[in-house]
Amino acid sequence: MSTVEERVKKIVCEQLGVKESEVQNSSSFVEDLGADSLDTVELVMALEEEFETEIPDEEAEKLASVQDAIDYIVAHT
Amino acid sequence: MSLEGKTALVTGATRGIGKAIARALAEQGAEVVGTATTADGAESISAALKEAGLKGYGIVMNVADPESIEAGLKAMTEKSGAPVILVNNAGITRDNLLMRLKDDDWTSVLETNLSSVYRTSKAVLRGMAKARWGRIINISSVVAGMGNPGQGNYCAAKAGVEGFTRSLAKEMSNRGITANCVAPGFIDTDMTRKLDDKQREAMLEVIPAGRLGEPEEVAAVVAFLASEPAGYVTGETIHVNGGMYMG
Repeated sequence: MSTVEERVKKIVCEQLGVKESEVQNSSSFVEDLGADSLDTVELVMALEEEFETEIPDEEAEKLASVQDAIDYIVAHT
Repeated sequence: MSLEGKTALVTGATRGIGKAIARALAEQGAEVVGTATTADGAESISAALKEAGLKGYGIVMNVADPESIEAGLKAMTEKSGAPVILVNNAGITRDNLLMRLKDDDWTSVLETNLSSVYRTSKAVLRGMAKARWGRIINISSVVAGMGNPGQGNYCAAKAGVEGFTRSLAKEMSNRGITANCVAPGFIDTDMTRKLDDKQREAMLEVIPAGRLGEPEEVAAVVAFLASEPAGYVTGETIHVNGGMYMG
């Protein structure tokens, strides 16, 4: 079973079309990984599906980096 | 058959333009789910498609009711997969001169003809974004551009649909999703059959083609916009009105 971190990074790679080597925990979706606003919405949707959870919009807006997403998932699943 | 393997949702598909659209998309190979407000209506959609030897069926959905939209979409997605073609056709009229128009006439036309388009579009976008392909086609009306006495509510709703469609087109076009409007003029349906002879005569005078349009003539344009080759057309309103108004 992969860890939350591995699963989050895999989804980030799939959704944003970036290589695994480019994705650090500190990477910002927009500034480092080139996501546009629609990409970030889709990323949240993909995370919701992978972890079978619902991320409210006001929380989703705060998820700016890979680590933010990992922390959120760990705390809420 | 360019739409083979794709699921389409057509609202208000019991009769008139919606019925013709459901048939036209099914003839292109799509599995078509048509909505009706009653179980009898849904049944008649299923029967019409079956009789024509086409894939698809009817479901009950009230587009003015968010819960009904959610339930209908869930049921159809379980059965046929998420729709990648959405045709927002369902609509009502509650005509009256503004000085006599009731709040309820205003609200119900805006809810059914405009808010419904926002709701259904939002609900299908996730599936389309995942598929990296989608077609949203909203049925507007010639009066959205022209204006029409006694139809302040209807004109406002339809003009709203056109503005909404342009925004949606810009938001989603880099995901392979297009959004367009088709704006019919006077088409031979129950909606225009309600008019009396005098109104009918006056109507024909302003149509250069000298006749009403057929629902199939609207459906053919919708089928084109739903097709693969139409992928670079987005945010557009195509008029189908025999020349009475050219935007």
